Formats: sequence, C-alpha cells, structure tokens
Amino acid sequence: MSEQLINLAYIVAAILFIYGLKQLGSPATARRGNLLSSVGMLIAIVVTLLSKQILEFEWIIGAAAAGALIGFFAARLVAMTSMPEMVALFNGSGGIASLLVGWAALYNVGNTTFTVVTIFLSILIGGVTFSGSLVAWGKLSEVMPSKAIVFAGQRVVNGALLIAIVTAGVMFCMEPTIMSYEFMAVVVLSLILGVMVVIPIGGADMPVVISLLNAYSGLAACAAGFAINNNILIVAGSLVGAAGMILTNIMCKAMNRSLANVLFSGFGAVKTATKVEGEVKPIVAEDAYLILEAASSVTFVPGYGMAVAQAQHVVRELGELLEANGADVSYAVHPVAGRMPGHMNVLLAEANVPYDQLVEMDDINPRIKNIDVAVVIGANDVVNPAARNDENSPIYGMPIINVDHARTVFVLKRSMAAGFSGVDNPLFFGENTRMLFGDAKASISAVIAQFKG
Amino acid sequence: MEAIFLAFILMLSMFLGFELISKVPATLHTPLMSGANAISGITIVGALLSAGSGQGAMATWLGAAAVAFATVNVVGGYMVTDRMLAMFRKKDGGA
Repeated sequence: MSEQLINLAYIVAAILFIYGLKQLGSPATARRGNLLSSVGMLIAIVVTLLSKQILEFEWIIGAAAAGALIGFFAARLVAMTSMPEMVALFNGSGGIASLLVGWAALYNVGNTTFTVVTIFLSILIGGVTFSGSLVAWGKLSEVMPSKAIVFAGQRVVNGALLIAIVTAGVMFCMEPTIMSYEFMAVVVLSLILGVMVVIPIGGADMPVVISLLNAYSGLAACAAGFAINNNILIVAGSLVGAAGMILTNIMCKAMNRSLANVLFSGFGAVKTATKVEGEVKPIVAEDAYLILEAASSVTFVPGYGMAVAQAQHVVRELGELLEANGADVSYAVHPVAGRMPGHMNVLLAEANVPYDQLVEMDDINPRIKNIDVAVVIGANDVVNPAARNDENSPIYGMPIINVDHARTVFVLKRSMAAGFSGVDNPLFFGENTRMLFGDAKASISAVIAQFKG
Repeated sequence: MEAIFLAFILMLSMFLGFELISKVPATLHTPLMSGANAISGITIVGALLSAGSGQGAMATWLGAAAVAFATVNVVGGYMVTDRMLAMFRKKDGGA
C-alpha cells in the first residue's frame, strides 16, 4: 500500500475515533460509539500491517496473539467492582507500550533533535504512566496500603528527581546514543517518578489519579506519534489526553480542590475537623420498613461501601419493591463516589437499574427537601454536612449530596467507625437521621424480607 | 516544517477532544474512560512499525514487546467497555 493510501485510511480511522467518542456521550448510543471506535482501530492496524515498511511478521503475530489473549480474558473475567484496578492496568500497558515505541524509535536513522526530544518525552510520559498505574493498581486492589504515603523530605526528593530527569534528558537529547548512561537514567528515573507521583495520593482521591493517568497514557501515545512521525498516533493520543484532562478537572471540581492540592498534599494532613458529638439513633429493619412503606419518594445514595458489600443487587430489588408500592425511586450518585469516575453507575447498571433512574448531584440537590427517605449506602464524605458547615473540616467546600435536607435519612453502616478519610460526620447525629447498623447487604435483605412478609 | 505541521494536528485534536468530552454525563464516566483508554492503545501502530521494519534485533524485540502490551490495552479496553455498556439499559428493556 502506498504512503498516501495509508494516510487516507488513517483519516478514516480518526473520523471513527471522533465519532465514536461523540456517541459515547449518551447512554442510548454509547455502545455503538465504542464499536465504531474499535472499527477505527482495526482499520489503523490493518493498513499499517499492509504498509511496505513492515517486512517481517513472525514477532508481530506472536506478540499480538499473546496480548490479545491476555486482554480478552482480563476483560471477560474482571468483576465490575474491580473495574478501577482493571482500567489502571490497561492504562499501564498502554504507557509501557509508548515507552517501548519511543525507545525503538532511537534505532531509526537520521533522527533530528526535535525527534529525539519527542522520544525523550514518550519515554518519560510512558514510564510515568506505567509505574504510576501499577502503584494505582496496588492501592486500589489493596495489595499495598491505600492511604497516602508521605515521608519527611518528600518534596525535596521529588524536586531532586525532577532536576535529575531534566538534566539526564538534556544530556541525552544533545547526544542521543542508545544504551548510554544518560539514556538509561531517563528510563529508570521516569519509572521512579511515576511511583513517587502516585504514592502520596490517598484512597479517596483515586478517581483523580485514574483520570490523570488516563490523560498521561494518551499524551504518551501522542509523544510516540511525534517520535515516529505518525499523525494517527498524534490525533488519537491527544483526543485521549484531552478526555483524561477533562475528567480530571471534573473530579477535582467535585472535591473542591485544585489538581495541585490533590497531587501534593496528603489528604487530611492539614486540618482536623471539629469533633461532633451527639446521640446516634439506631433503627431496626422492621421500623425502617414501616417508614419506607409509607414513603412516596425514595432516593438511594451509594458509595464505595456498597461495592464492598456487593449490595447493588439487593438495592435494586428494594428499589423495585418500593416502585411497586407506588414510590418514586431514584439513585443519586456523587461524581467522586467510588474509586473511579462513574464507578457506582456501572455497578448499578450491572444490577439492572435503568439509567434513567440514575441522577446526578446537581439534579437531586434542588429537590432533596421533597424526598421522603434518602438511603445512604456505604457513602460518607460525599454526604457529610461538615463540607458545608465546618470550616475546619478537611473536606470543607466540597459539593455534597445534601441528604440531611431530606425528610428522613437512613444511613447504612457496618459500625460506628470514622469513614475513609477519618472525618467525623455530623450527619450521623442529625435530628432526622436513623442508623441501620450492620452489613449493607444483610440490612437491605432484612428490609426486603419485611416487604415480602 | 514537519514539526509545525504535526503540532498543528496536535492542537486541533486537543480542542476537539475537549469539546467532545465536556458534555458526557457522569453516568458514563467509567465507560468513557475505559473507551478512551482503548483508543490510547493506538500506540500499537507505532509498535507494529518498529517490530516489523527489520532495523536490527533490538528494535524488533522492543517493538514486539510494545505490540504485546498495546494489544492488551486495545483488546481488553474495547471489550471491557462493551461489556459495561451492554449493561446500561433504559426502563422497560431496550437499550
């Protein structure tokens, strides 16, 4: 195939990516959009294989078969609750691929200085994406502690690391020899940087990290595109980079924090919330049933605890019973609920909750005063009124779902321990709050049993 | 000139990306992210070119490793996105 024909096919692929992303914007067309984008990818791969530049296929076939097999089984077997870990690993594999493409581009003859700089960038960004994603995976799957890891002199170490990378990078770009010390330093330091960037970020901030790493994986592909002078890599890579940056921005806004604040300060390191004291009013399943039975509008507010308890299916069952009972049922999802953006929505969709019942924070808050019962399942920070009232709270200013304004609030909680970020939650002591203690799944099943009995 | 031309493409695609994504509802953020992630596997094109162009053993091996990783990203990414999106349905059946 001629160069021109290949580039024409790349344009078709780019159109399919763009159109596919556009269709991903609505639940009704999203699946088709993803399919279109995968067709675009197939076209890009096939025409590349037909290009005259490719002389030998043995290695390609073996490597692609191995990768496809791993990808296939990973995608098939992963549980929906583990989706954040999976996406982190896929991100990481994209990152390391871009690093390797950049590295291999060094063997091309006649690289200009500009090309070498972009090779450096694709190794740097690819390396950070790879090791950063692995750490994110470790935190999400709790292979390593999910809390922020901070130590004395961390900023000094990171600063030194950055200076070292820039120095090594400049030296490498001035004299690009393969396997020189400068080159190896760039590779190794990039990988270390990825680890250092992610370890100080705590569990509750993971949605930001995942979005950011997603942006990096796109930018790495983009840099690799510059390194090998290929425009489809640049187009697709920058689309992904832009998507990741927007999601990162949305997540930061949903926590009322700047990106710098998320990246450089361990959560809760600065302020301690005013201790709230009060009386907790527990409730048993029988009484919860009586209140729910009389309610004409119920909204469920899920958090990561719902995923841990695997309670999404019983929640949906209860929702259906309430609907049959004449209540208006909705599911209010906070943008940063869960461990990645939109995580709760996927879990509820898996449990067969129709997407027209999933509502966003900005939709529910104006009408929450008219909601009879808000049922909080495994959420804590995203419904914590301290974010509105307590200036000393580390989450002060974060937009929350105002469940405390609903007529009645049920909080399902395993026991009376502080939530993920260790913030005391005045919601638990609210006048209209009732605590339903125990495993979320068991508690809801008990209420369901009351309904059926 | 080539560099300027490529930078031009970069800038336009960035703006296009921002425009496309900023309107996606929160409900779809996870599939959007994994779908976008699959697209970032486009680096497979670069990997194929390195693995197949016969520029010596080292470039071939690096390229082959890149092909393997990028394929995981592409195949896994698209499949898992499809699996998630298949679950999103409207009330009363129908997608």
